[in-house]
Amino acid sequence: MLEAHDITVRLARSEILQGVSVTAEPGQLTAICGPNGSGKTTLLRAMTGDLPYTGRVTLNGHDIALLQPWELAAMRGVLPQASALAFPFTVLEVVEIGLSRGRAAGQSRAALQALARVDLAHHAARPYQSLSGGEQQRAQLARVLAQVGAPSEAGAPRWLFLDEPVSALDIAHQLEVMQIARDFADAGGGVVAVMHDLNLTAMFADHIALLSRGQVLAAGRVTEVMTSDTLSRAYGCQLRVGAAPPPGTPFLLPHAARLAAE
Amino acid sequence: MVALTDPAALDAPAPPDRLARARRLTLWLALLLVAVALTSLTVGATGVQLIDVARSLVSGEELTRMERVVLLDIRLPRLVMGLAVGAALAVSGAVMQGLFRNPLADPGIVGVSAGAGLGAILAIVLGSLLPPALLGIAGAHLVPLAAFLGGWISTLLLYRVATRRGQTSVATMLLAGIALAALSGAVSGVLVYLADDTQLRDLTFWGLGSLAGASWTKLAAALPILLIAMAGAMLLGRALNALALGEATAAHIGIPVQRMKRLAILCVAAATGAAVAVSGGIGFIGIVVPHLLRLASGPDHRALLPNAALLGASLLVGADMISRSVVAPAELPIGIVTAVLGAPVFLWILLRQRGAVDL
Ligand SMILES: Nc1ncnc2c1ncn2[C@@H]1O[C@H](COP(=O)(O)OP(=O)(O)O)[C@@H](O)[C@H]1O
Ligand SMILES: [Mg+2]
Repeated sequence: MLEAHDITVRLARSEILQGVSVTAEPGQLTAICGPNGSGKTTLLRAMTGDLPYTGRVTLNGHDIALLQPWELAAMRGVLPQASALAFPFTVLEVVEIGLSRGRAAGQSRAALQALARVDLAHHAARPYQSLSGGEQQRAQLARVLAQVGAPSEAGAPRWLFLDEPVSALDIAHQLEVMQIARDFADAGGGVVAVMHDLNLTAMFADHIALLSRGQVLAAGRVTEVMTSDTLSRAYGCQLRVGAAPPPGTPFLLPHAARLAAE
Repeated sequence: MVALTDPAALDAPAPPDRLARARRLTLWLALLLVAVALTSLTVGATGVQLIDVARSLVSGEELTRMERVVLLDIRLPRLVMGLAVGAALAVSGAVMQGLFRNPLADPGIVGVSAGAGLGAILAIVLGSLLPPALLGIAGAHLVPLAAFLGGWISTLLLYRVATRRGQTSVATMLLAGIALAALSGAVSGVLVYLADDTQLRDLTFWGLGSLAGASWTKLAAALPILLIAMAGAMLLGRALNALALGEATAAHIGIPVQRMKRLAILCVAAATGAAVAVSGGIGFIGIVVPHLLRLASGPDHRALLPNAALLGASLLVGADMISRSVVAPAELPIGIVTAVLGAPVFLWILLRQRGAVDL
């Protein structure tokens, strides 16, 4: 269980988040949505302990402020929105950096498996910096998967925190990466993902926390939050939610709304 | 379910293991070090040869007094100092580059050596003004200590100025280095007026860097600091690898980033400070050595740090041999030799980086 209670973040003297509370359950994929600048990344960074905040964040019942970095690292992995690399490590070496102790036997194998999971095993020996943006994002995801390992251990779920994991990907790899997150949740792990693409969110997420101007506008099951009214209010434009061919999954046609409005 | 993953990809030949290669390189570098060290003992103004020593050891003959003095009191301390300073400079460079996430960071270039030099100069000139009792306690440690403090303060200052939210601006870093070096130069300039003749000679030596002043007394003060600083640096391998992904990601991976940064800064300051205290401003070792090693066996700091110590030691002792033999029987300051060897490499990195760095 992830519980963020009454989180307030101040950066450069303005309040980026104002008393935000969200919860996420293991076994589920929780999406954080909202317009640009609504505070999604800030919320994720507060929940991963990157930013000073007031309020309380607990992960599996532990206050994250009281955990050591290596204790947190054993419980959760974090995929940042953007990553840079300073030296010419290979793709495989980048993934191995995420693995903990030294290089026990089989660590390389774990890293290679993680790379195969994101469809990059054939690029393992290439310099990371020579990959395309989307490939780099997948390599970073492989690093996170290798670090976290099994979705749960001894009944304690592990967690993935993903900041826009598919924003730079082509549609096939978007589906692939969302499926990885979905599988992780289905195997008992917890996933919290900042999402831009509402249709992918509708397809893969269980819960949504919808942010607007540093506050939670709506939170709940996908079908509860993804209504034309709520989304239009959150994003400040006319949106209409319909039902996709597999019955019950909402989908969005922004241009249909515009046509209807004219 | 989307299945893009090709199961055969896992059975593809494993990519080359650069860490294993780097570990093999460690062995070769150790051999090189031994060879260079032995050669260095035989090079010098007097004709004492290592072979004579070996012969006398075998035949049981006593060495002459002169041979003894030359070997044990002149060449040996100079060799040990060259090894320790070379290793310390190269390791400081590697740690600093990892910390600043940039291959151009080097204690010499960004002004840490200048700060350490300033500390040392202050200690040399103003040290005599201290009450004799205090001077007695500090003794030979005063200059290394002051150099360490100078290096430490400049590293902290530099990190503050050049790093914002875990990202280091290369331009700011280099400019801050210029400012630090200028400040240090100005203060030393003023101090020169206050210095007496012996102090003046000591000061000239800072500018160029030299191992000529090596003695067992100086080593006794500096060697423990150098060794502890390098031992500390060797603990940083995994953390510096993680830091290559940025501070936030390093923390996510489980690295106690703040603690590790403090240790890194302390090690750099101690190693640079002690090195500068005994040998002045010897430049470029800290840039050239890690760069060559990254080209040879990759950037993994777990192997890079020990390899840098070995290669740095060999390189500086080699440069010292050149400095002693080019204009023999006089000698060139070693700082000139390392600059002639190192400056082109620095420019080369700069050119190759130009596309990637916002200068
Ligand atoms: N370090 C910072 N200092 C000041 N303002 C910031 C900082 N980081 C983010 N912000 C502001 O906070 C708001 C929320 O940012 P962010 O959480 O990154 O939004 P998003 O929902 O697009 O991920 C934005 O208006 C952004 O400009
Ligand atoms: Mg964001």
